[in-house]
Amino acid sequence: MIRVALGAASTSTRRLKIIIAALFQRPSSSVGVIIVILFAFLSIFGPALAPYGPNEQIAADARQSPSIKHWFGTDQLGRDVFSRVILGAREVLSLAGLGTLVAVFFGSFIGMLSGYFGGFLDEVIMRLFDSLLALPAMLLALLLLGTLGPSPGGLLIVISVVYTPIVARVVRSVVLRTKTKAFVDAARLQGESLGNILFREIFPSTLPVLAVEASLRFSYAIFLVSSLGFLGVGVQPPSPDWGLMVKESRAFVTQMPWAMYFPAGAIAVVVIGVNLAADGLRKALQDD
Amino acid sequence: MLRYVLRRLGFLVLTLILTSMIIFAMTQLLPGDTARVILGREAGEGALEALREELGLNDPLPLQYGNWLIHFFTGDWGVSFSTRSAILPLLMGRLRNSLMLTVVILFMSIPFAILLGLSAGLREGKLLDNLISVGSLSVVGLPEFVSGLVLIQIFAFGLGWFPANSSIRIGSSFLEALPMLILPALTATLVLLAYVARLTRAGVIEELKQPYVRTADLKGLPRRTVILKHVLRNALTPTITVIAISFGWMISGLIVVENVFNYPGLGRMLLFAIERRDLPLLQGVTMLTVVGFALANLAADLIYATLTPRIRLS
Repeated sequence: MIRVALGAASTSTRRLKIIIAALFQRPSSSVGVIIVILFAFLSIFGPALAPYGPNEQIAADARQSPSIKHWFGTDQLGRDVFSRVILGAREVLSLAGLGTLVAVFFGSFIGMLSGYFGGFLDEVIMRLFDSLLALPAMLLALLLLGTLGPSPGGLLIVISVVYTPIVARVVRSVVLRTKTKAFVDAARLQGESLGNILFREIFPSTLPVLAVEASLRFSYAIFLVSSLGFLGVGVQPPSPDWGLMVKESRAFVTQMPWAMYFPAGAIAVVVIGVNLAADGLRKALQDD
Repeated sequence: MLRYVLRRLGFLVLTLILTSMIIFAMTQLLPGDTARVILGREAGEGALEALREELGLNDPLPLQYGNWLIHFFTGDWGVSFSTRSAILPLLMGRLRNSLMLTVVILFMSIPFAILLGLSAGLREGKLLDNLISVGSLSVVGLPEFVSGLVLIQIFAFGLGWFPANSSIRIGSSFLEALPMLILPALTATLVLLAYVARLTRAGVIEELKQPYVRTADLKGLPRRTVILKHVLRNALTPTITVIAISFGWMISGLIVVENVFNYPGLGRMLLFAIERRDLPLLQGVTMLTVVGFALANLAADLIYATLTPRIRLS
């Protein structure tokens, strides 16, 4: 029994190594992974790295173009744009990441139950999700935020509600294929408990698909959070949220384009990075 | 075919009823007392209560929902709290503007996207394919407000070809509006282009592996004929579905694009309604958008079913 467990563990670490190696084989996905690691690093160590505070206003330095002292220049209030971009990483990535985690958690849970039990429960859940998905994502997000009011908690709920149905559908489709396999029947005949069948037998087979889906959802969540920030219904001032920074500095774009283009560039780089990494992950798991 | 159409129509009605319930439930949760929003802060409790009674705000929720739905279908969409004008005619003007923008986007994106997808698919794994793939992956990820602002910088501030602000006069004709439509349309096109191109590429690669392509090659048909007459035609059927799926994406994108360019369409109106907490207006905009989205999906499904007969039977 122990040997079996050890064997399983070592094959899964070997598989993980193969997948990571495959990720770095393609230039596009290694660029993506490096970008993701860099921004994860920034969002953890941002406060230690940023030369100024997010809302530290140096009136004498307002509206300065990029220089040695202020790498990305300063905005209309004399805040250091470089520091705000660095500190914004945590703001954006933690909201998007947490929202994605919640959606993945509920989505896989509901998708597993719905797919495994089927029947009436499945029908009701899927119809409800279909009608949620019949609302375009941004419309649903705005409707929810209009209701909940703009707050980080509201944004978290928005991301989870928008993405849970999508994750649930993907997981459900894998469960539908897996539950008819012989090893699941074997587990059932051995008298394994329902929890064991669901989480130890079936759940592992959803992991590759779930990993790809989660990384895609993460990139859309960043997209959504920053778009809502830009529209003024997401994270509120004076937060260094990138979308909000773009919105606030837009009026001054002809005088100080740096205050708008650096945060806009940060969004672009992160989203492209996550997309490239997700695409690489999909291909690596496909080859595996 | 008739049975298929009827079944799809049934689904449409069911989805619309469920979605309308979701919209109604959410707007009911909107904080704030509707009567107080209308009458203002100084209104006395008596006047508030009278108005609540008049608007039916004291009725049980299912009854309120039923009344709301009936009013919606009979064209009585109520009066906007913030502009004090009738909602239906207001929204029809905005709908027209949004549709004008959509038409320009479709004309700009679809032919070009198919061309890109076809060239990438025919050269799978080659340099051009990789360039198109990475390029489209990058563009897909860019939020519309980022690409829109870059386009404004280049084409409005830099070259001065198009205006940065697209706030057209209400009721202006398509040709009058066209110069102001180009930049917002281009912004939305970038995303759609990348998405449709990726899926056309996948379709072409899939079709090229089919035995009939080898048969056509071996019987000596020119490559051009094989590609254009056989491969492209079959590869395009999924593309039609993709275009339908991307309607939802397009609506999401349009909401942002209209706000970036200050274009007076439904998306701008939606944000306006949220900012003003204008409940009936918010309900009207969302319902109109959802109905439009559902009809577009239905149309795409029917076109798809006409092109591929086996779908109807399954």
